[in-house]
Amino acid sequence: MSNYTEGILILLMINGIAAMGVSLLTGFTGIFTLGHAAYLAIGSYTTAILTLDYGFHWLPAVILGGLLAMIVGYLVGLPTLKLMGDYYAIASIGLAESIRLIIENWQSVTNGARGIPGIDTFTTLPITAGFFVVMAYGAFCLINGRIGRAFKACRDDHVAASLLGFNTPRYRVLSLSISAFYVGIAGGLYAGFISFIQPIMFDMLKSTEMTSVVVFGGLGSMSGALLGTTIITLVTELFRPISQYRMLIYGLVLVLVMVFRPEGLLGRHEVGPALFRKLTRRVTPAPGERGPL
Amino acid sequence: MSLDETAVLSLSGVNKFFGGVHAVSEMTFTVEKGGLTGLIGPNGAGKTTIFNLITGVYPVNSGEILFKGQSVLSRKSHEIIHMGIARTFQNLRLFHRSTVLENVMTACQHHHPYGFVESLTHLGRWKKEEKVIRDRSLELLDRVGLADRADQDAGTLPYGHQRRLEIARALALEPELLLLDEPAAGMNPEEVFALNDLISAIHRDFDLTILVIEHHMDLVMEICPHIVCMNFGARIAEGGPEEIQNHPEVLKAYLGEEVVDE
Repeated sequence: MSNYTEGILILLMINGIAAMGVSLLTGFTGIFTLGHAAYLAIGSYTTAILTLDYGFHWLPAVILGGLLAMIVGYLVGLPTLKLMGDYYAIASIGLAESIRLIIENWQSVTNGARGIPGIDTFTTLPITAGFFVVMAYGAFCLINGRIGRAFKACRDDHVAASLLGFNTPRYRVLSLSISAFYVGIAGGLYAGFISFIQPIMFDMLKSTEMTSVVVFGGLGSMSGALLGTTIITLVTELFRPISQYRMLIYGLVLVLVMVFRPEGLLGRHEVGPALFRKLTRRVTPAPGERGPL
Repeated sequence: MSLDETAVLSLSGVNKFFGGVHAVSEMTFTVEKGGLTGLIGPNGAGKTTIFNLITGVYPVNSGEILFKGQSVLSRKSHEIIHMGIARTFQNLRLFHRSTVLENVMTACQHHHPYGFVESLTHLGRWKKEEKVIRDRSLELLDRVGLADRADQDAGTLPYGHQRRLEIARALALEPELLLLDEPAAGMNPEEVFALNDLISAIHRDFDLTILVIEHHMDLVMEICPHIVCMNFGARIAEGGPEEIQNHPEVLKAYLGEEVVDE
């Protein structure tokens, strides 16, 4: 496998981990975010600083990066997620900008706007694949069970959810914490992949991209988020030779999906036996229901 | 204010204002354990507001609401639900994008919990408890006659079926007190007739206390031995079906007053 292909695969899986995090929050819990680059930055910088300045092994550094992102998510979520509506989306923009500005100005620790070069490139294909498989397994398990149903209940009708005995603010904060953890881990792996990080990488554009990828794939579909991120990452790579038009094509793809499939590529269906059953059931109507004739 | 031992739910002197509107005024009544009580009244009388006060959707301005002798005031909705109250909604609040079965499972899962790590890994109790939740939910769907619709999206069900699904979902909470908010709204006479049977049957089989808001007089008169009638936020009559039917205040509320010429 060429270095280039390997690089693309690693990037796909890192973006996939981040997309699963966003999908859990925006797709399954119905909380819109415009600032998830903040958690990515926290993960990246924690990993970089711990490995370079404190001599940590990369594995605990990446995990601590994820945990720190989770703690920040939890603390931001506590006051903002008690409120219904788009308060978190607004707060997340502020959070992302604050984190970026802190990194840019905290010279002694983060090296400011010049960024941190020379991070050990520990993110090899098997390591990324290992993280990806474990975290994808966790995400798919989570949505198929007690907590996944609670998230969806909060998303679909928060009044009904609380009158079915769910402490909705608690579940919303839980969703954000898990989401931030996923994105933080992705950030740590990303730092070990490109070996040089800079605050400008985690700007508003990055946040928007992370959310739009999930909307593109289908809100409420974990496999949709993965499919969306794959397509967008590949489109970005394919058109690298004509890079001045890249954002144009990226925008065009998003607009086309919004026009022709507003619910996203997969809607809220998962790739798997259930989708297969759904597709085949159109041919054989359920008992008691009239067929096409 | 009388608080006898058998009262499951008791409201005393409950007031609720929405700005200048006195939506509920000095409301006092009790629901006996194991009873099937009807709450009737013209549109805008404040019936649904009473349900919203009991379940903590709105705070009460003054008065007291006791459930099994404990105050529900100052508790959050989800805490009140866990005390043993379940309700349905006048304007159906199903999870439209989930399947019929998932809707019931969402409520059913409270009684069959498992841990966070088990949710994340599907190890441990996950498999066993999920199966129990699924089987129990299917049983409840069968009970309300929706077993063959389990895999359909809830939003695609006909109206009458959606009402039945709400009842199944509320039953999945295993409540002691079930609040039904206009379960027969939008139903045709045959459906109302079938619903009558369903409510009577679940009342008997699930050892429930039921408080039902209804507009269909024939339904209320037939199944409720005890009826509370309210108008303009206040209780105007209370008693058995016969008593209510002949009560002058009730007739006045529903039919208006005769104009007497001098």
